[in-house]
Amino acid sequence: MNENKEEFIITAENVCKTFPNGVKALRDVSLSVKKGEVVVIIGASGSGKTTFLRTINQLEYVDSGRIIVDGQDVTDPKTNLTKVRAEVGMVFQHFNVFPHMSVLNNVILAQTLVKKRSKKEAEEVALEFLNKVGIADKRDDYPGNLSGGQQQRVAIARALAMNPQIMLFDEATSALDPEMVGGILDIMKRLASEGITMVVVTHEMGFAREAADRIVFMDHGQIIEIDTPDNVFKNAKSERLRQFLSQIL
Amino acid sequence: MRKQNKGKKLLWNIAFVFVLIGLGFFIYRASLRINYSWNWRAVPSYIVYHSIKKIDSPVNGVVLGHSKDTLTIKSLNDKIIKLKVEHTKLKKGDKVGKNESVGFDSHYQAGPLLMGLIMTLKISLASIIMALIIGFITGLMRISNNPLLKNLAVTYIELIRGTPLLVQIFIVYFFIGTIFNMTRFIAGAFALAVFEGAYIAEIIRAGIQSIAKGQTEASLALGMNYFQIMRYIIMPQAIKRVLPALAGQFISLIKDSSLLSIISITELTKAGREVVSSTFSPFEVWFTVAALYFILTYTLSLLDGYIERRLAQDE
Repeated sequence: MNENKEEFIITAENVCKTFPNGVKALRDVSLSVKKGEVVVIIGASGSGKTTFLRTINQLEYVDSGRIIVDGQDVTDPKTNLTKVRAEVGMVFQHFNVFPHMSVLNNVILAQTLVKKRSKKEAEEVALEFLNKVGIADKRDDYPGNLSGGQQQRVAIARALAMNPQIMLFDEATSALDPEMVGGILDIMKRLASEGITMVVVTHEMGFAREAADRIVFMDHGQIIEIDTPDNVFKNAKSERLRQFLSQIL
Repeated sequence: MRKQNKGKKLLWNIAFVFVLIGLGFFIYRASLRINYSWNWRAVPSYIVYHSIKKIDSPVNGVVLGHSKDTLTIKSLNDKIIKLKVEHTKLKKGDKVGKNESVGFDSHYQAGPLLMGLIMTLKISLASIIMALIIGFITGLMRISNNPLLKNLAVTYIELIRGTPLLVQIFIVYFFIGTIFNMTRFIAGAFALAVFEGAYIAEIIRAGIQSIAKGQTEASLALGMNYFQIMRYIIMPQAIKRVLPALAGQFISLIKDSSLLSIISITELTKAGREVVSSTFSPFEVWFTVAALYFILTYTLSLLDGYIERRLAQDE
């Protein structure tokens, strides 16, 4: 192994995936993410960006190719996935908070089950992150009584409380009412500036421009372009990216 | 805006009561036409009766005293003997001979119908516990990706749902019961559990599948394993959702337990049949048996409503 490879915390090599219905979701996708880097994946719906994100923590299995996360090949059946997943936090489009538990217990549960923290320690960590996302005052409420934006904050706190090395965001603001989007993006920007490795799938170009170290443009299951925000927005190389940006901006 | 008129609602409720009274009157008139002589008086004694027992002295001796339903006798070889006797004419110092009557004892005893009800309750409870275990395991097997587990579960569910309970009871009792030397009670409870377990498996499966996929994905992403996800995330939500269906299945189980009378388990229905053959009051007895079943099932139904309301509070 050469030294250059060591600093990459995520390395995807030639990843291919075809869905059972015949749709080729990923065609030969390769991408390396450095530790502390913020990578934003953009592209039209159906371009494979969400599918690719989900292969990183193996919510989606791949047909061929390799994905190395923090030194472990997650596509290898012998790898202990639960261990790797505990290091990779994920925030979903539809929040997926646990409706039968209070906000506090949503954030505590996986800490005690997976990280084996004591109830007391887990509660302290939970409150720290609930404070960070600005929802500590709702700690005893059930998710059913919260707005979408508040639920997403709980979901972010739940992922962060595991102290992950990597955070994946899968269109975290797409299901929110417009007035809630800004608050969630602010939290994500703050995380980005704190140096945690982030892979973000989003349609929010403002966020991509401001927070990304690199932007990945995907189309029809392929990576078309990888570049800095400046280059992507000012001088896109490919016709398809220019077309996409002209439609969305 | 259209509003439900309160006065009108009350009127319809009164009408409901009148219809009930009318139905009762109709049944009464119908029974008069067939010259049935109602005899409700005997019925209570088949539920609970007051039994009076004559008590004999086991030894020759002298009465020392009688207090609080206890008669104390000192035998000839100076042994103190205490007997439970409620009513006695003997006083301190009286002599009693062996096998001589010393008085009476009375107590309330469960009649055949109450004994039958208790047996129904016992066997239903045993079956419910077994059926839940069977249902949980096969419900999980049913949605497993492993073809062996899945096919086993599907075969079991289809076979059980496709054959009559009565036939299953015979097979379990005469075939499986004989091989494994099961008692009547165990064979009966097992047959019932195997039958209801197939339905419970389908209820559990539907409950699990009704929980959004995102719940599992979020749990996986947090590093939880299959068992933890089932135990802490899926099951608590699924059970809450299928509680009404489960309660309905338990009620069915209690009613289906009446079929166990066919293998001579003296539960409520068999007890009813025995009482009918000794009283020749079939109407009264069967109405009473029905009422006793209804008390069981309605209690369960109330309990379910209570639990559902309790669970609905946390959300």
